Amino acid sequence: MKVAVTGLNNIDSPGPGVPVIRALKDSPDFKGDIIGLIYDSLEPGAYMKDVSKMNYLIPYPSNGLDALYERLESINEKENIDVIIPTLDSELYSFAKISKKLESIGIKTFLPTIDQLNYRAKDKLFEFCTKHDIKVPKNILATSIQDLYSIQSEFNYPVVVKGIFYDAYIVNNFDEAVTYYNKLSAKWGVPIIIQEYIKGDEYNVAALGDGKGNAVGAVPMKKLYITDKGKGWAGITINDPVLIEKSNKIISVLKWQSGTELEFVKEKGTNEYYLLEINPRFPAWVFLAVAAGQNLPYALFKLALGEEVEPFQSYSIGKIFIRYSWDLITDLKMFEEITVKGEINHG
Amino acid sequence: MDKKRYERPVIIKQYSGLMNKFGSSPVTKPMTEIDGIPIRRMVDEYGSPLFVFSEKKIRENYRKMYRLFKTRYPKVQFSWSYKTNYMNAVCSVFHQEGALAEVVSGYEYDRARRLGVEGRNIIFNGPDKNTASLERAIKESAKIHIDHFDELFEIIELTEKMNADVDVAIRVNMDTGIYPKWDRFGFNYENGEAMDAIKRIIKNPRLHLTGLHTHIGTYIMSADPYRVAASKLVNLANEIYKQYNIVLDYIDMGGGIPSNNTLKGQYLQAEQILPSLEDFADAITSPMFDLEMPHDELPTLYLENGRSLIDDAGYLISSVIANKRLSDGKRAVIIDAGVNYLFTSHWFNHKIVPGQQSGEFTENSAVYGPLCMNIDCLRENIVIPSFKKGDLVVILYVGAYSVTQWMQFITLRPNVIMVMEDGETELIRENENIEYINSLEKVPEILKNFSL
Amino acid sequence: MSNYIVSSNLAISDSGFLFYPATGESFTLNQIGIFILNKLREGKDENAVIQSLVDEYDVDKNTAERDFTDFIYQLKQNNLVQES
Repeated sequence: MKVAVTGLNNIDSPGPGVPVIRALKDSPDFKGDIIGLIYDSLEPGAYMKDVSKMNYLIPYPSNGLDALYERLESINEKENIDVIIPTLDSELYSFAKISKKLESIGIKTFLPTIDQLNYRAKDKLFEFCTKHDIKVPKNILATSIQDLYSIQSEFNYPVVVKGIFYDAYIVNNFDEAVTYYNKLSAKWGVPIIIQEYIKGDEYNVAALGDGKGNAVGAVPMKKLYITDKGKGWAGITINDPVLIEKSNKIISVLKWQSGTELEFVKEKGTNEYYLLEINPRFPAWVFLAVAAGQNLPYALFKLALGEEVEPFQSYSIGKIFIRYSWDLITDLKMFEEITVKGEINHG
Repeated sequence: MDKKRYERPVIIKQYSGLMNKFGSSPVTKPMTEIDGIPIRRMVDEYGSPLFVFSEKKIRENYRKMYRLFKTRYPKVQFSWSYKTNYMNAVCSVFHQEGALAEVVSGYEYDRARRLGVEGRNIIFNGPDKNTASLERAIKESAKIHIDHFDELFEIIELTEKMNADVDVAIRVNMDTGIYPKWDRFGFNYENGEAMDAIKRIIKNPRLHLTGLHTHIGTYIMSADPYRVAASKLVNLANEIYKQYNIVLDYIDMGGGIPSNNTLKGQYLQAEQILPSLEDFADAITSPMFDLEMPHDELPTLYLENGRSLIDDAGYLISSVIANKRLSDGKRAVIIDAGVNYLFTSHWFNHKIVPGQQSGEFTENSAVYGPLCMNIDCLRENIVIPSFKKGDLVVILYVGAYSVTQWMQFITLRPNVIMVMEDGETELIRENENIEYINSLEKVPEILKNFSL
Repeated sequence: MSNYIVSSNLAISDSGFLFYPATGESFTLNQIGIFILNKLREGKDENAVIQSLVDEYDVDKNTAERDFTDFIYQLKQNNLVQES
């Protein structure tokens, strides 16, 4: 059995690839080899000998579908991949679009549909959630600076300015909004999401939907330490039935298929949960869910293979993750291999 | 002694987080032929730059799209959006496939008539239909889609003066949840203006309301707005049926379905984020089943697809004039086709691929046209292999709006050919010459003599 | 005719990977790139390098000269060679 995983960029804003691999390997039932798929020659996961056996560079999403498919096809000729688990937001559209083609060469995936991907990204989320009694901050999609003028009439400052894939900034006035609009649109393109700012604590849920409306599992976490980039550097599993119920409901109404990270904020004063975002992949802290008793990535792997999966009933409360960094030492030879051949082999 | 194969020497600095060689090499897959005809041969015969249309591709696109709609709704009629590409040969292919003509000016109307399309097979849209062209359209029983009240009143006056009856539809604009909202064309749905116009038409004995029309925008990147638009038109049609017992002949959902050409400012390629054609067909057809008239009297679904049927059937072959290094070390390639032929490059990042086998090393480059103007830039950044002077490149997705919006600025417009299904190439528009351009100009007598 | 001094200690592997120890930068080159850089390291001047390109590869003198000029420009940009 060979499983290829992307997102080995275990950096200060980490991709979920390495924790997903760790989760697979953590399952006593998992027998197989891991293949790392990387976009950059310095993705740390590719240099970790006990993470993946082989690593291959693949083309960036902005290079188009053919480029990606052709590269995967040629890797598959050597490796005979059974399952690919993509873990990065910006690549999911591409993988979802070529999933049928991948299936035809024997590679299985378990991904959200394009519609589901669109639903979570657009202002439709607002309409959709209010219809199902899920509170969400107000959103507008800006495709030009012109659109920022409507902030005044729709919200009060501060507002949150978000890129379509990543990055979010809290801004206090129009000028700041313009600055971050320009910054984000240069990096990730348009639209830019302008969101009402809800004051309160953030809660995150790692979950897995089976595509039929059931949540296979859901583990909520409160961030204990947040970096200046807004990333959780430590977190603890908590017991909140309301949060679980809300997560199950979102997965059920969306018939979500694949892993997800749901981001909520609990409004100060009212204690109401607002859904901030539906991330279409597991979070980088997903191993906390595994440690708490729900091996969601392994369950996803089984779903991808078409096997039945029993929903998880519980998880341990009070499990803590604390992220740390570690300087891996390697030689120029390794860097040369990946740069020139596009491969790193840990055999 | 056999010499070793040569390619341009290349050195590329490795940056982390930037394009790697494996990431970029497939992009450079060359396109050496179109429908089996080597592009080099076409250039030898017809010159460079050269616009090429594929008859086969146009027909395939049309048939695929038609099948998608026809399998979802029983009565479907396409009309070809002239403004997208009104080259006679191109229009003829669409008419052979069964498309009506959709025109938006007296000039386009004239083009369709000269091509042999009868008035009753012309949909006359647009905000500017002058009196003469309205008169002609009424006389020739074209389908007039009324855009505003002034036009409605002019048509009423004309029918009285001409003592003629006329079939009309109205164009409806509405909120479909997309930005920008196109509310400048037609009558508004939400504020009741559309229904007002409908009542006025129905009251007039000479005017016969035969259809409803909307066109929600261009390059619409999600299918849902079409669902909203279709249900609003279906509501109107049901209202007309219930109140006046009139069954409309057709509901015209316009066009606006995108091609896979990628807009500037978009991080992902169009093909990755756009809904499939099936999604658009589902969104447009599913509300049609809420129509309340008897099933054997259901209105026909009209569509005015343009871009989505022609964009990928058009190619622009161009030759490399020179390579340059810009002051910051970035490579620039100058080719013989510029923004004067590709107006669309102002908002699209047209794909540009090599026209011959090239080395595996690629480099981020700017691609400039030949005009002595700073605006003449086709791509600010594109990862392409190195070229020699005289090498060919092929610019993709140029079938829509290029050969209608092009101009003879600084250089004259080149040949346009069509690769026919039988493998022959046919010249469908000859390159312009100085006599052709000058024949329209007049120099006042007093200016004719000068000595330098 | 120009002579070029190649920065010292450059590590070039057969695979076309170049590491510049003085700055920590790395580069990739294609086979022709390696060929030219090695000739320059041997101390060959512009004429000699171009002549050896024409002798060993299927290329005419004009093309070789033009490409050589562009290549040298890139090497200079990256501080890998200096004109002597």
